[in-house]
Amino acid sequence: MSRGIRGNEARYGWAFTAPAILIIGVFLVLPILLALWVSFSDWNGLGSPLGNSEFVGGVNYAKVLVDSGLAQRDFGTSIRNNLYYVLLVVPLQTALALFLAVQVNRRMLRGRGFFRTAFYFPSVTSSIAITTIFIFLFTSSGAVNQVLGWLGVNGPNWFADPRGVLHLLLGGLGVDGSGAAAAGGPLGLSWWDWFAGPSVAMCVLIILAIFTTSGTFMLLFLAALQNVGAEIEEAAAVDGAGPFRTFFSVTLPMLKPTLFTVLTLGLIGTWQVFDQIYLTGRGAPAKTLLTPAFLAYDTSFSDLKWGQGAAISFILFGIIVALTLFQRWVLRDRDAGRAGRRREVRAVARLHRDAESVRAAGTAVPEAAASEGRER
Amino acid sequence: MSMTMHAGRRRLATIGLALSYVLLVALALIYIYPFLISISGSFKTDAEATQQPLSLLPATWTFAAYERLFTSVPLLQWAGNSLLITVIVTTGRVFFDSLAGYALSRLQFRGRAVVFACLVAVMAVPNVVLLIPRFLILKELGLYNSYAGMIVPIMIDAAGIFIMKQFFESIPVSVEEAARIDGAGVFRTFWTIVLPMAMPALVTLFILSFQGSWNEFAHFVVSRNDPDLNTLTTGVASLTSGQLGSGNQYPLQLAAAVLMSIPVAVLFFIFQRRIMSTSEGGEKG
Repeated sequence: MSRGIRGNEARYGWAFTAPAILIIGVFLVLPILLALWVSFSDWNGLGSPLGNSEFVGGVNYAKVLVDSGLAQRDFGTSIRNNLYYVLLVVPLQTALALFLAVQVNRRMLRGRGFFRTAFYFPSVTSSIAITTIFIFLFTSSGAVNQVLGWLGVNGPNWFADPRGVLHLLLGGLGVDGSGAAAAGGPLGLSWWDWFAGPSVAMCVLIILAIFTTSGTFMLLFLAALQNVGAEIEEAAAVDGAGPFRTFFSVTLPMLKPTLFTVLTLGLIGTWQVFDQIYLTGRGAPAKTLLTPAFLAYDTSFSDLKWGQGAAISFILFGIIVALTLFQRWVLRDRDAGRAGRRREVRAVARLHRDAESVRAAGTAVPEAAASEGRER
Repeated sequence: MSMTMHAGRRRLATIGLALSYVLLVALALIYIYPFLISISGSFKTDAEATQQPLSLLPATWTFAAYERLFTSVPLLQWAGNSLLITVIVTTGRVFFDSLAGYALSRLQFRGRAVVFACLVAVMAVPNVVLLIPRFLILKELGLYNSYAGMIVPIMIDAAGIFIMKQFFESIPVSVEEAARIDGAGVFRTFWTIVLPMAMPALVTLFILSFQGSWNEFAHFVVSRNDPDLNTLTTGVASLTSGQLGSGNQYPLQLAAAVLMSIPVAVLFFIFQRRIMSTSEGGEKG
């Protein structure tokens, strides 16, 4: 540790990190503080929020969360929509990704490279391109409805159909929105509205999400499966376990850390749907595609209620942070074994491979990296 | 006895494999077919694309959609903006992320731990939450509707710094210490000795940054509203949401979607081996 070599390291250390500190400070930390102020102010969009607005306390938050009215109803609707989206996307994409990974990991399978490419490719394309394609596929006379037509099914007019799936099912059983269900539930929505289920239009976005993310998560599971190695599974087979038994009793428990990672990334990412909503009609049909992320944007940029939009942003932030903490709590007692750094880097790199999911998953990166490390 | 059991098991395995082939081929078809009919749809007439969306070959080939994209739609301008932004953002991220990552992994200075902790905290902020804040600061700084406002905020990303830091920590210190004892300065050591060794991580960062900035949408929605600053993502989005009178003109929208996907698809196929490195020999190293 001679002073000559180490002496000017401090200067270089700060010089090397200065651009990052500056940009992140100015374009991330500062803006958040500014928006936090706006969420507690009555700024109307004119001039600078500093100096042209008054502190109004929690009014903006109250309008969204407590005061009954359109703002609260819209927020409640967006939460309901996103809740169903999360409930369906997260388990389905995880299950499909795991299934695909197990299939393309088979040593006897030919064309593994082709299958992996096919399943991963949708994750690479931009959300704009893929949503455009989905709008084309799901028009009333579109490709999907034609295929359904062969099966004798009369497909709905997907993106224009606001009917809730659960309502449709309940309607089939003769249940309607009268009686106890009509009573008011939280956030200005009746219980009947809460139990609408995802709208038919939302189902398309759910399929879209599963389609685009299953490939990324397949790669995560694939990496984990290769670490498990074929030997262990072969040993289980020699001991007389069938393929199902081997998978559920031997392979799956070893995949647990990756499973947690994938579930967390999914849970966080699914609360951030924005691009798809922007493209498919800004929440239409009948606001059943509205999500909190889009509502925050729309409230500010279209209705010019900046404080309220900022408040929704921070509530959404709160939801995502709460989910991250919940994930940490679930993972709390896991032994953090020290793995080779290089592997850790590769695990992180693998996680980051799909930029879309990186951004979606900002919150989980350090944890995910850590849990990827743990699995070795 | 054991022979028959063996044969039975082998037959079972063969049946299993055949079944999974059928299943995988069907799934692969579901994953690929949408892209194929989108490409063919872009060469169909408006009427045919609406009525015969499933056919792989257009009954009548037409390049009308592409013609319109290059004449009445400012697609080239959008592409130019996307390219400019992607090149600068990618270069910036690769350079500044590795610079900061190196300092955080190797250089001793007071406050290093704090800087790193802040970085990890910053990574926890989800992107969609930043939309309104970023708009506010760009307005405040007078950068709204400017290339600077579209580029600078996304030119450094905490996740990239994190990747580079982790990678530099995997490289043995001995080499650079030798260089430094020989009198090379900190920056020269970093630039000529450490950075070349970090090639794999740099490539990863390059792929992520290129794809991320080429496909970026939300930030460009809040950082400008000048049509001259449209990128491919915001431009094609305006086509898809029917803003340019393109309501049901699927060939036009599909052609735009196809064209904007080409660079990322090329990148994907060039680096396919790397991206899919899990496939073979993920255990090396």
